[in-house]
Amino acid sequence: MSETQQRWTPSRIEDLALVTGQGRFLDDQDPLPGTLHAAVVRSTQPHARIRSVDLSRARAHPGVAAVIGPDEVRAGLKPFPLSTGAPMHYYPTAVDVVRFVGEPIAVVVASDRYVAEDAAELVEVDYEPRGVVVGARAALAEDAPLLHEAAGTNVATDRSFSFGPVEQAFAEADHVVEGEYDFPRYSSVPMECYSVIADYREGSVDASGAGGPGVEAWANFHGPFTMVPVMAGALGLPTSAVRLHVPADIGGSFGIKAGIYPYVVLMALASKHSGTPVRWTEDRVEHLLASSSGADRVMRFAAAVSAAGEITALRTDLVDNVGAYLRPPEPSTLYRCFGNITGPYRIGAVEIRARAVVTNSMPTGLNRGFGGQQLYFGLERLMDAVAAATGLDPIEVRRRNLVDAFPYETPTGGVYDSGDYAAAVALAVKNADLDELRARQAAARAEGAHYGIGVALVVDPSGTNIGYVGLATPSEQRKPGRDKSGSTEHVRISVDVQGVVTVLLGTVPQGQGHATVARKVAADRLGLPVEQVRVVVDMDTSTTPWTVTSGSYSSRFAPLGTSAVVAAADTIAATVRAAAAVALEVPADELTLRDGAVVHPSGVSMLFRHAAGVVHWDPTSLPADVPARLYAEAEFSPRETGAATRDDRINSSLCYGFVAEIVAVRIDPETLQITIDRVSSVHDAGTVLDQRLLDGQVHGALAHALGGAMYEEFTHAASGQPTSATFLDYLCPTSAETGFELRSDHVVTPSPLTPLGAKGCGEGSSMSFPVAFANAVADALPGIAITKLPLHGEVLHQLMEEN
Amino acid sequence: MKAAPFAYVRPGSLDDVLAELAGGDGKVLAGGQSLVPVLAMRLGRPATLVDIGSVASLGDLAVTDEVLRVGATVRQRRLERSAEAAAVPLIGMAMPFVGHRELRSRGTVCGSLAHADPAAELPAVAACLEATIEVAGPDGRRRVPAGAFFVGAMTTGASAQEVVTAVEFPVARPGEGHGFGEIARRHGDFALAGVVTRVRVGDDGAVLDARLTGFGVSDTPVTRDVTSIVDDGDALADLAREVVDTGGDSHGSTGYRRRLFRVLAARELARALRAARKERT
Repeated sequence: MSETQQRWTPSRIEDLALVTGQGRFLDDQDPLPGTLHAAVVRSTQPHARIRSVDLSRARAHPGVAAVIGPDEVRAGLKPFPLSTGAPMHYYPTAVDVVRFVGEPIAVVVASDRYVAEDAAELVEVDYEPRGVVVGARAALAEDAPLLHEAAGTNVATDRSFSFGPVEQAFAEADHVVEGEYDFPRYSSVPMECYSVIADYREGSVDASGAGGPGVEAWANFHGPFTMVPVMAGALGLPTSAVRLHVPADIGGSFGIKAGIYPYVVLMALASKHSGTPVRWTEDRVEHLLASSSGADRVMRFAAAVSAAGEITALRTDLVDNVGAYLRPPEPSTLYRCFGNITGPYRIGAVEIRARAVVTNSMPTGLNRGFGGQQLYFGLERLMDAVAAATGLDPIEVRRRNLVDAFPYETPTGGVYDSGDYAAAVALAVKNADLDELRARQAAARAEGAHYGIGVALVVDPSGTNIGYVGLATPSEQRKPGRDKSGSTEHVRISVDVQGVVTVLLGTVPQGQGHATVARKVAADRLGLPVEQVRVVVDMDTSTTPWTVTSGSYSSRFAPLGTSAVVAAADTIAATVRAAAAVALEVPADELTLRDGAVVHPSGVSMLFRHAAGVVHWDPTSLPADVPARLYAEAEFSPRETGAATRDDRINSSLCYGFVAEIVAVRIDPETLQITIDRVSSVHDAGTVLDQRLLDGQVHGALAHALGGAMYEEFTHAASGQPTSATFLDYLCPTSAETGFELRSDHVVTPSPLTPLGAKGCGEGSSMSFPVAFANAVADALPGIAITKLPLHGEVLHQLMEEN
Repeated sequence: MKAAPFAYVRPGSLDDVLAELAGGDGKVLAGGQSLVPVLAMRLGRPATLVDIGSVASLGDLAVTDEVLRVGATVRQRRLERSAEAAAVPLIGMAMPFVGHRELRSRGTVCGSLAHADPAAELPAVAACLEATIEVAGPDGRRRVPAGAFFVGAMTTGASAQEVVTAVEFPVARPGEGHGFGEIARRHGDFALAGVVTRVRVGDDGAVLDARLTGFGVSDTPVTRDVTSIVDDGDALADLAREVVDTGGDSHGSTGYRRRLFRVLAARELARALRAARKERT
C-alpha cells in the first residue's frame, strides 16, 4: 500500500484517480489519430436575417481542411424533431436567420484550434438586423417581432388544464391570494465544458456493422438518451448507425450537458466535409453564450383559501422563456413537476396554463432542479402571502395543508409514494433553533438592522416518467399506439473466472459517484467484499445496454440505476447458488451468499469464486435449467410511471422525496449586503445508500441554488446583447460565499416502489433554497415586495428607491 | 479562446526590454493575470509579448526609512508575505482583497498599477499614499506621482515604449492611521465601490491631515483631501455625489455605488482615525 493510500481513505472509489490527475476526461483522450480541430463561427447579432456568408477566405487559409456554413447544414441535415408541432425549425446552426448572440453559423476544421480560430475570423457574415425580443413578457406583446415567422407567434406551446372543482373553490373561498413572480435564468457552469469528437464514415462504423454510412462520436453527454435517435434523425441515419461513446469521467454537468447533442451532429457534418475525425472543445465564452441554461419563467399564482388557512384550489399561469428555439427536451421545464405541481399540500383542485415562448436568447434545457425551482419560487412565495392574508405564521399555515397520508394522489395524477412531511418540518424547525433565530431577529430590529427567517417546503421528484413529454401535445392529437411512458434503467453484471464481479452501468455519471454506490449495492447483494466488485461507467451505445430513458438526469440513479443493479445481481446470485449446489450436493434454494462464499445452513460452503469457476470451467456439470453464463442484463422498469391519461393526468416521476428548509439572513442596513446567518435543511430521500454522497448532493445543490438566489443571472441589454457572457459578469458563488452555517439532517421514509427504498437526492435544495432565501429576505424587509431573484445589495437598493 | 498570433521574447536586461518595446507594438508580460485572458479572448493583439520575468534588476523588494520599493517582477503574494510590507500597513489591509490567493501568486504589484483597472485595489492604495511610480523608456527613467499616473480606465501616463520598473510607497509615519474597505459582489471580485483612507493626527489627537481615495467609482482612483470632513456624514454624502460618476451596471448602479461609497468613507475614516490616535498613545 502506498503512503498516500495509508494516509487517506477516499470516500469514493472514483477519487484517487481524480485527485492524482488520472481522470480520463474526453480532452485527455485521442481515440482517433489524425483528428482535426474545429472552431465555431457565431452570431454577433441577437436577431438578423443572414444576407450572405462568405467562407472563401477561411477556406483558403493555410491549415484549414474544411469550412461548413448554412448551405452545408441545410443540404446535409434535417431539422431536429421537436416535442410539439410548432413550425420553429431547429438546426445546429442558423440557416437563414440568426436568433441569438452566439448561435453557430459556420464551422472551421483546421490543423489546430489556433489556426481554426484564425480562419474563423475570416468568415464574413452580412446581417440584416431585425427587431429583438428580450424576456418572456416582451415575447407575448401584441406587436412583438416574430422569431419564427412561419409560426405566426412567439408562443411555442400553450396548453390549459383543469382538475377538480376549481371554480367552485374560488367562489367559496374566504380569501383569494394572488401573486406574480419572476424566476431568473441561470446555469450550472460545470468545470468542464462541452467536448465532442465526431467521425463520419461513408463505410460502416465498425467491422461488424451492416455497411452504409455511420457516425462514431465521443461526447461528454449524459442523456437523456432520447437524444440519440434525435441526433440520428437529424443526420438521416438509423439510430444504430450512430455509435456514441461517453468517457468515464465528466467534469460536472448538472443537466447542462444534455444540450450538447446539436454539436455532435454539427461536428459529424464537419467531419463528413473534412474527411477526418473532428474534435471540438467548447471554451468558456462559448459556454456562457450558447450552451444551455435553465429556463426563466414569469408566473401568476392564485390560491383559494379558507378562513382556517386551508387551500382548496390553486390557479397557475406559467410562461417559460425557452430561448430562441424549443430545443428538445423543452418544453419539459413546464411539465417535469406536473404531478407535484401542488407541492406538499393537500390541494384538491388545480388549474394550469402552461406556455413556452421563444426570445432572442440561448436555448434552455436541463438544469439541476429542472422545473422545480421555478415552480416552487411561485408556490412558496404564494404560501407566505397566504400566511399574511390569514394572519397565520408561515410555518403554521404550511403545516395545516401538508399531505399526511401515503400514497397520496395529486389532482394532476402524481402519486406520492411515501413521506412524513410533518416530521421533517418539525426536525427542520428544531435544528434551526427557531426560537434563537427569532431572538436574533428581535435584537437586530431593535438596533435598526434587518433580519429575516424564511421557509420552503418542497416535494422533490426523482426518476422522471418520460411520458410527461406527451403533455405538450393535446390528448386528442396524441396518436394511439404512440404513447410514451416509463423510467427504465438497464445494467449488465458479469463475473470473471476469478470470481471478480463487473457492473457495467449506462448511467453516465458526471462526478456523482455512481461507481461507489453501484459497487456497494452489488457487493451487498452478492455477499462479497466491495473489493471483489468493479464498476465500468464508460458508455458505448454499441455495447452498453441502454434505452431512450437511459442517462443521468432527474436524480434517477438512486431510485432506478441501483434497482437495476439489484435485479441483475439477483440473477447472477441465482446462477452462482445453482453452481454451488452441484458442487456441495445440496439444494440451491438452501444456499445464501455471504462473506465471499456460498453457505449452506449445515456448515458446508464454497467460495463465491469457486462457484463462479464451476460455470466457467465445468459448465456440463450444471443442471439443464441453469444457464452456463455469468453475465446478466437486467432492467428496472417501474409500472407506476404510465403514459398520460386521456384527461391529461400523469404520475410524472416514480418517487417523491421531500425537503424542509429554513433560512435566516441578516441585511446590513447601510450597504444592504445580505449575509446568510443559518440554514436548516432536512431531506427525505428514502433509504440512504451512502451518507457522504447524499451530504455531498445536499451541499452541491445548496451551492448551486445560492448562485441563482444571490449571484448568477444571464442578463441581456435592451438591444439583445448578452451582458453576462464572461465570469466577470456571470458570478458563480465560490467557497468564500458558501461558508454559512448549515445544519443538514434527514428523515427516512423508504420508497415502497424501489427495491432498496431509495429515492433521488441530487436536486432537492436546488428547488427549495432559492425561494426559502427569498422568503427570508422578504421577512427581513417588511413592506418591500420580493417577487424575483437574484437578490443582492444593488437589487435591494433599487427596491428601496422605488419604495 | 485562443490568442491571435504574436511573437514572444524574454529579454535578460532592461535595455533589451526597451529595445523590444521601441516599435510601439509590444506589450509587457509580467504575471499575466489580466493580460492573458485579454489575449485569449482576442480583445488585445500585441505583435510582441515582452516577458520581463528574466530581468533580474526588476525584482527588488526593499524598505528604507522613507519608502518601500517594489520592483516590476515582484509578485503580489511575495509582497504580501514579506517582512518589508509591514512598513506600509495599507499593503496588508488591501492585499487580501486583490483577486484570490492563487491569482496573487502570479500577479505582480506593478502589473496591477500598469493595468490600471479603475476598480482595482493597488492603484487606489498607491494614489492615497502618494506613491511614486518609476517608468523607464527610450528617454531614460522618470518618476511619476501615482495621482498623475492613472489617466483613465485601463490607461496610464506610460507610453507603449515604456515599462513600469518599480513603485515606491512612502512608509507610515508617526501618528498615521489607515482604513481600507470595499464591497464587491463576491470576495475577490473587483470592487463595486472601495475606499482607502489615511489620517494623520498630532500629539493631541487632533486631525492634521486626512486623505481618501475611492475606487470602482470613476474612471480612475479619485483622491480627495478630507481633513475638514473626517466625521461629517452630510459632507461625505455630498462627496459621494461628486466623486461617484461611474455609469454602473447590473451589479451596482451609480446610486448604489454612491450609497456604498458614503458608508465606506465614514467607516474607513473612522477606522483610520482610531488607528492614528492609538498610534500616538
